[in-house]
Amino acid sequence: MSSVLRFRDLTLGYDRHPAVHHLAGEIERGALLAVCGPNGAGKSTLLKGIAGVLRPIGGRIERMGCEPRQIAYLPQAADIDRSFPISVFDMVAMGHWRSMGLFGGLGQARKLKVFDAIAAVGLTGFEDRSIGTLSGGQMQRMLFARLLLQDAPVILLDEPFTAIDARTMADLVDIVKRWHGENRTVIAVLHDFEMVREHFPQTLLLAREKVAWGDTRETLSAENLLRARRIVEAFDREALECTRAA
Amino acid sequence: MYDYLIAPFSEFEFMRRALVGSIALSLAGAPVGVFLMLRRMSLTGDAMAHAILPGAAIGYLLAGLSLGAMTAGGLIAGVLVALAAGAVARFTALREDASLAAFYLISLALGVTIVSLRGSNVDLLHLLFGSVLALDEATLLLLAVISTATLVIFAALYRPLVLETLDPGYLASVSGAGAPTQLVFLCLVVLNLVGGFHALGTLMAVGLMMLPAASARLWAEDVTAAIAIAMGMGVVASYAGLVLSYHAGVPSGPVIILVCGAFYILSLFFGRASGLIRLFSGRQHLEA
Repeated sequence: MSSVLRFRDLTLGYDRHPAVHHLAGEIERGALLAVCGPNGAGKSTLLKGIAGVLRPIGGRIERMGCEPRQIAYLPQAADIDRSFPISVFDMVAMGHWRSMGLFGGLGQARKLKVFDAIAAVGLTGFEDRSIGTLSGGQMQRMLFARLLLQDAPVILLDEPFTAIDARTMADLVDIVKRWHGENRTVIAVLHDFEMVREHFPQTLLLAREKVAWGDTRETLSAENLLRARRIVEAFDREALECTRAA
Repeated sequence: MYDYLIAPFSEFEFMRRALVGSIALSLAGAPVGVFLMLRRMSLTGDAMAHAILPGAAIGYLLAGLSLGAMTAGGLIAGVLVALAAGAVARFTALREDASLAAFYLISLALGVTIVSLRGSNVDLLHLLFGSVLALDEATLLLLAVISTATLVIFAALYRPLVLETLDPGYLASVSGAGAPTQLVFLCLVVLNLVGGFHALGTLMAVGLMMLPAASARLWAEDVTAAIAIAMGMGVVASYAGLVLSYHAGVPSGPVIILVCGAFYILSLFFGRASGLIRLFSGRQHLEA
């Protein structure tokens, strides 16, 4: 198995405070990995780092065979202006950006793909609706449709199933599994351990540092979870400069 | 009929020029205005229009009512204030609206003072309210160039600009076009404000930009339609404003803007997309 991402002594953070501290490890191509941990554990920060939105303040991320812009990234609360007058179809079609660029035409083939993606997330019939009229669940379905079109080898999902009903969640999990079947690497930040145990073979338990990483059942043990909570709660405002050797 | 609607233009060259100039402004101002509105920067446009004044005033101080000097001064001042306001918002606790308000008040006061240093009240009025009836060959050419350049650049910029407005996070994740797009857009705003400044003056330069844009949004459900409607409204308002002001013997600039304002108020009530009458028409709700 070849890896697609490698963290080398990675430290990510804001204003010198590390949110992810000295993380090392590899993610295999085609992995279906859940990232779990208490609030403030650095899960979202790690995804931002992988997506290239946030620069490491120490160490580095090696991306094998993919550039940051080939990585599809769905942020936790996407900064989308829902009052913008645009239809669901046009919004999903933006997923073609990488192959279409500034001037490329949409064309018949790409149009069909947009309809397919909209159908795959169960939004057929909503193509002409403006995005402001969608419910939270429909919005998330639409964003998944856009991810489908991005056709990315690595897909990052930050709490993709929060505030979403069971039916929508089941549909979206099916899409995640479809990606997994296509040998894409999917990394998702999740809080629902039941769902992680059921659908995600591997888990990284994070508490600024790596607490455990590997098979989901072993990683999400009661002991590990307790340890993760203790580490995060020990955040020190007066923290000294980190002197740990690289 | 002919006497009322067409004769003013067939008889007087200055009326023809005014018409061509304001049509050029309407065409280029429409897409700029629509995006300013969508980006919630309507007041930013207004503030930047005022910020142009001291630059134009310095040009005036150095070279009198010279087109080149005032245009260059206005462009430089506009871009400087836009960048400074952005920087203040980024590095201090002040939000961008507060810093823009501060900059534009300073600019306006500074501009009026500079003009008064040398000029007469007539010149000051000219700078504040423009002189759409006194557009000369060179100014007209400048307006045409600005209008053409704006439309061409807009065509190239359209896709990233929509995405930058709608979902900046996504644009950043697929392309590095975000920051340059913002910058070019800002330059287009300043360019069009400087154009508007020559015709309508610093106080109303945004009029042909924002009023049609805001009106169009009440009619259109998508951006392209909004731009097209705004262009149409601007052109019609230019023509109607000139005709009305000619017959009523009042200054043309304000009347053009007033016609835009009338369109806006009509749109508020009758707008097909979100006008008041539609919202409160008491139509029966649908089944699903």
